[in-house]
Amino acid sequence: MPSAANSLFRALADPTRRAIFERLARDGDLTVHALTDRAGVSQPMVSKHLSALKRARLVRNRRKGRETHYHARPEALAPLVDWIGDYGVFWRDKFDRLADVLDRLEDVDERNAK
Amino acid sequence: MTSPDTETRSVIVEQEFPHPPQKVWRALTESSLIEQWLLKNDFQPVVGHSFSLRRDPVQNWNGVIDCQVIAVDPCKSLSYSWGAMGVGTVVTFTLTPTDTGTHLRMEQSGFRPGQGANYKGAQYGWRGFINGLEDVVAGLE
Repeated sequence: MPSAANSLFRALADPTRRAIFERLARDGDLTVHALTDRAGVSQPMVSKHLSALKRARLVRNRRKGRETHYHARPEALAPLVDWIGDYGVFWRDKFDRLADVLDRLEDVDERNAK
Repeated sequence: MTSPDTETRSVIVEQEFPHPPQKVWRALTESSLIEQWLLKNDFQPVVGHSFSLRRDPVQNWNGVIDCQVIAVDPCKSLSYSWGAMGVGTVVTFTLTPTDTGTHLRMEQSGFRPGQGANYKGAQYGWRGFINGLEDVVAGLE
């Protein structure tokens, strides 16, 4: 898996980070203060989570006066969608099940033959 | 020459099963068997038959895959259209007998390159994809 996808998956694996990202995706521009009010963790933790989201390019920030505003970049989810859209994963899993089904079928046929 | 707009890509999965083509064919075409390895369905091996494959709904997607049988060549090949979340593709199974069983090739064709990258959050709902992601990530390292 490419490293961009790895950092994206890791960033989204944390429930608090995911909540922050969801909130930004839903509510638009927010400051660290505004995010901290609802995140349930301290402001330094929120800032740390925002850094991880920034590394995964899931959020961007810009200075506005004395405060930094963050907004979500849903388009950064593309690698995730690509990965899930890669039906290869889906079909390989299904083929494993198919092998099991075929093995069981044989058992039934053999029992009937006896 | 193909322009980027018309170029499509396929997903191909191949595997050999130690079972005769007749049995693999049954698993591909009998509704109750299809459900055991693929998805719930109302499949019938009849060209033109419309059916659906159903998985558990996720947020912003009811989990229904709309399909129609395109070709049926018993014990040799089967293809049907596969429409899910606004993306239309074609799934084709090809069975080839081998010394020890059956070589099964699945090709799902018709993916356009932009379909992954041109992510339309409103259309798909990304939250649905993220559900269960923790399990995926747990297996990453």
